[in-house]
Amino acid sequence: MLSKRIIACLDVRDGHVVKGVNFEQLRAAGDPAELAARYNTEGIDELVILDITATLERRRALADTVRAVARELFIPLAVGGGIRTEEDAAAAVEAGADKVSLNTAALADASLITKLAGRYGSQAVVVAVDAKRAGEGFAVYARSGQTSANRDAVEWAREAEDRGAGEILLTSIDRDGTKVGFDCELTAAVSRAVSIPVIASGGAGTLDDFVEVFTRGCADAALAASVFHYAETSVRALKDYLHQRGIPVRR
Amino acid sequence: MAELKDGSIALIDYGAGNLTSVRKAFAAVGANLFVPATPADVEDAAAVVVPGVGHFDATRVLDAEWVEAILARVGEGRPLLGICLGMQWLFEGSEEAPDCAGLGLLAGRCYRLQGRAPKSREVRLKPDTTIKDASHSRDASNGRGVRLEPDTVIKVPHVGWNTIELRGEASLIDGVQSGAQVYFTHSFVAPVTGDTVAVTEHGESFAAIVQRGYVAGVQFHPEKSGDVGLQILRNWLEQVG
Repeated sequence: MLSKRIIACLDVRDGHVVKGVNFEQLRAAGDPAELAARYNTEGIDELVILDITATLERRRALADTVRAVARELFIPLAVGGGIRTEEDAAAAVEAGADKVSLNTAALADASLITKLAGRYGSQAVVVAVDAKRAGEGFAVYARSGQTSANRDAVEWAREAEDRGAGEILLTSIDRDGTKVGFDCELTAAVSRAVSIPVIASGGAGTLDDFVEVFTRGCADAALAASVFHYAETSVRALKDYLHQRGIPVRR
Repeated sequence: MAELKDGSIALIDYGAGNLTSVRKAFAAVGANLFVPATPADVEDAAAVVVPGVGHFDATRVLDAEWVEAILARVGEGRPLLGICLGMQWLFEGSEEAPDCAGLGLLAGRCYRLQGRAPKSREVRLKPDTTIKDASHSRDASNGRGVRLEPDTVIKVPHVGWNTIELRGEASLIDGVQSGAQVYFTHSFVAPVTGDTVAVTEHGESFAAIVQRGYVAGVQFHPEKSGDVGLQILRNWLEQVG
């Protein structure tokens, strides 16, 4: 049976892992390669490196970080943040990324999804959707949550799939870093609307939050940063807990 | 493995593989692979690895000359390993690209996983997805038991860690336990046949590992499957010896 994946996210700025709350108030959380090695030993299923303040001059630093993380890692590695062009994606893949995650650039020009899927296959293209509750629905935001994209999250996820995305990385801006639980309504709405896997992100705090997002939220994978970085929850303990509750995980 | 000359295993680059990851994983188990620029470069290879992700159509790049060079090595008893799309290419072909022939070393044709769409998705299925698949009438006689729970969503592509169930013995699965988990990412699969040494289930059973003498293939990505994946690569290298 296909396992539910537990994914650790490393938000990286200038070669260091940082973590914020509601996409702000960043604080340092460690060395990327060290954290990656620790998570791997604990049985993490996948890693995401997100360059949260990517600029042109820092892109080389990101490639170095990806290379350092990928060196001893034999599980899937996704890289996102500041991937705007085919060249950016090529640099990430060349450095060892198995998947690239597109966000703002895909909103600006959705044909980039199709281009990258054509070149690397859909399995290598993740579309990251940052969403915030807006009335009855969920609104998409671009530029690290700064700008409204004037799109509905469910509708955008469907378009991303149709254009060739292999997975959706769905982050609740409302819940990011708050540890009050995933937004299961948002996750279920998107997961039911697409055939590709949906990775839920934003709000993980307790072990039960993961149970909730895999059941009520219909998530295929759950991503967290804060709860793992500060060793509040070990990956192993989380998986044991999920297994006891009948949720298939890799152990 | 003592006799293995450094850089004597050919890694075929046809523009559809994550060569970096495959090379890195092989390096971790003690083998440095070289990427042949032309079919002639395959001539002295001690073994051949065909990686691959993406569409079956990508294998079209491997034209008659490449096919001849690779088949010549197989004819000499040199091991051949296909990974993911590279494994599917070992078969006769795939419904993903019906006019594109496979290597034909293994019997059978690859087909799309049926899956089961979420309810709200059913109304907007594209003609080339599940509805079309249902018309292929996979009855019980083809040996593939379809066991779909009525309300379970089976997403296609099949992405993530899934278990392999071993069938019989083969050098590729030495030291690997039934129930071990490996990382998959694909929509098309190869049928379960006499060459299947491990199966995986995702709505239906399909071939996860195949081996017929010196011809072997894995549907998952051993280079991304942690210790289990590295063990399988190590086993294969033993065969290269």
